Amino acid sequence: MFEPILLKNVDVQDGHLLSTYEAGGGYQALAKVLRGYTPDEVIDLVKQSNLRGRGGAGFPTGMKWSFVPKRVDKPKYLCCNADEGEPGTFKDRIIMERDPHQLIEGLAVSAYAIGAEIAYVYIRGEYVTAIRRLEQAIAEASAKGYLGARILGSDFNFAVHIHCGAGAYICGEETAMLESLEGKRAQPRLKPPFPAVAGLYASPTVINNVETLVCVPHIVVRGADWFRGIGPDRSPGPKLYCLSGQVRKPGLYELPMGIPLRELVEEHAGGPPPGRKIKAVIPGGVSAPVIPERGLDVGMDFDSLAAAGSMLGSAGVIVIDDATCMVKVATRIIEFFHHESCGKCTPCREGLNWVVKVLRRIEAGEGAPGDLEQLEKLCKGIFGNTFCALGDGAAMGLRAALAHFRDEFVAHIEERRCPFH
Amino acid sequence: MTMREKIEEAAARYPDQRSAIMPALLIAQRQHGHLPGPVLEEVADILGVERIWVYELATFYTLFHTEPVGMFHLQLCDNVSCMLRRSEDLLRHLEHVLGIRKGETTPDRLFTLSTVECLGACEMAPVMQVGDDYHGDLDIARIDALLDRLRTEAGRPTGADHAAAASPGE
Repeated sequence: MFEPILLKNVDVQDGHLLSTYEAGGGYQALAKVLRGYTPDEVIDLVKQSNLRGRGGAGFPTGMKWSFVPKRVDKPKYLCCNADEGEPGTFKDRIIMERDPHQLIEGLAVSAYAIGAEIAYVYIRGEYVTAIRRLEQAIAEASAKGYLGARILGSDFNFAVHIHCGAGAYICGEETAMLESLEGKRAQPRLKPPFPAVAGLYASPTVINNVETLVCVPHIVVRGADWFRGIGPDRSPGPKLYCLSGQVRKPGLYELPMGIPLRELVEEHAGGPPPGRKIKAVIPGGVSAPVIPERGLDVGMDFDSLAAAGSMLGSAGVIVIDDATCMVKVATRIIEFFHHESCGKCTPCREGLNWVVKVLRRIEAGEGAPGDLEQLEKLCKGIFGNTFCALGDGAAMGLRAALAHFRDEFVAHIEERRCPFH
Repeated sequence: MTMREKIEEAAARYPDQRSAIMPALLIAQRQHGHLPGPVLEEVADILGVERIWVYELATFYTLFHTEPVGMFHLQLCDNVSCMLRRSEDLLRHLEHVLGIRKGETTPDRLFTLSTVECLGACEMAPVMQVGDDYHGDLDIARIDALLDRLRTEAGRPTGADHAAAASPGE
């Protein structure tokens, strides 16, 4: 049995209160770094742990922090990406609702490391309970001296502010989030400059996901070797997996990074509903290319999934059974990306519009010969030709559906109907 | 606190007033229910920012409503995880019992029905947000019970909505 670390408090009564968090050893990591570590030593520790960003891209966290210039005249900012919008993902919501102090301690230690005195937590506006719990936790932590001026008798000053999103998936893209924080439409910026050099208000800025930040205090308390000892060395640590779709026990699971997808779905989540078989699994939110049943032995870590042609993404694992039409799933996914396209660049804005039209007519039994070639041509026009990864995610997802389930698309066109209806 | 005081308090968190437009719009929408032009202009005046900056945010982000919505905004998720758990059946049922299509408001202005993208609560799919609250693991019986509860909360017990619909001027 894997002992939960990140989810230790989520099922505990009053797990969101400071008293519960302190009783479980909370804020000891903050006390430890403020008493005995320089900021550079914290960065080195996180580098040694091989912690990689849990928001989707898997970039090494310590390396990201080390890109922040040491001596600048401007303030530095830490931003927490809590705009959890990737369909199939709900891990950050549960942490913020049920153990918000874990995030606050992660923010404080990380801000100390990069030299930031202000953090903005960008939470999607729908997460009303999470917002209220985090507000309450910030008030409690401030009253107890874990936030504010001269924290725990040190020279470190730090404040956390919540910024509520208002319904735009694109804000999960870090430069779009910065635009949104500056009070603009959330449209991604051209990089470089990278946020570490010129981010929020053109100041050095680090953007980390909720789950990434909550790993940090545990690394401080238990050590980098402990963290690296869990899962694959190049992609280690405890990991939150969000299980949903056609599975018996949907929910949030904390298990080692690298666990086989099959074990996660069939053993931990109980497999498909009675009488059904698994057809396919989306391993990392709808941006991650679908994996057919025969590929389920892949390990759930950044490198293994990339080698298998998909990605870990946000670890939103969506299970699809054999009674489900893959054309319908693909159509719904592309409709989502089309709806959420920010409109800044043409390949994504216009290309996805056409992809949706073609997919809808195939699903409705009105597909024409040549439609699949048309879809492939559209994917080629989008992939690699957009400002941000939204268009790429849509194209990669559709290409995988076409590659693995081409027979279903062909059947729709030839039979002039959806075979699953 | 007045709306102005709440907005000024929120604005103090940022070095730039423009950053406070989103929080200000959320405050204004809580106060007014939706964001018509005069409210957008009031927000711009309180913050001392360009009106166009306020308009462009109010029309970009989906949680901002420039048109009125009903007392209860039923926001049913129809993204993949909810779709796989038959959210479509729930949408059809809601359209049937409310007598409206998605995107519409009942004549008594009690309910607005929308479908939304992933609410981030897929462990309890199919899920619907009403106001600040999430309702998960929904089926038709639970939807009916929820609608009854909301009608009672509004002082319009089951059955009364038909009468209200017949005389929208009441």
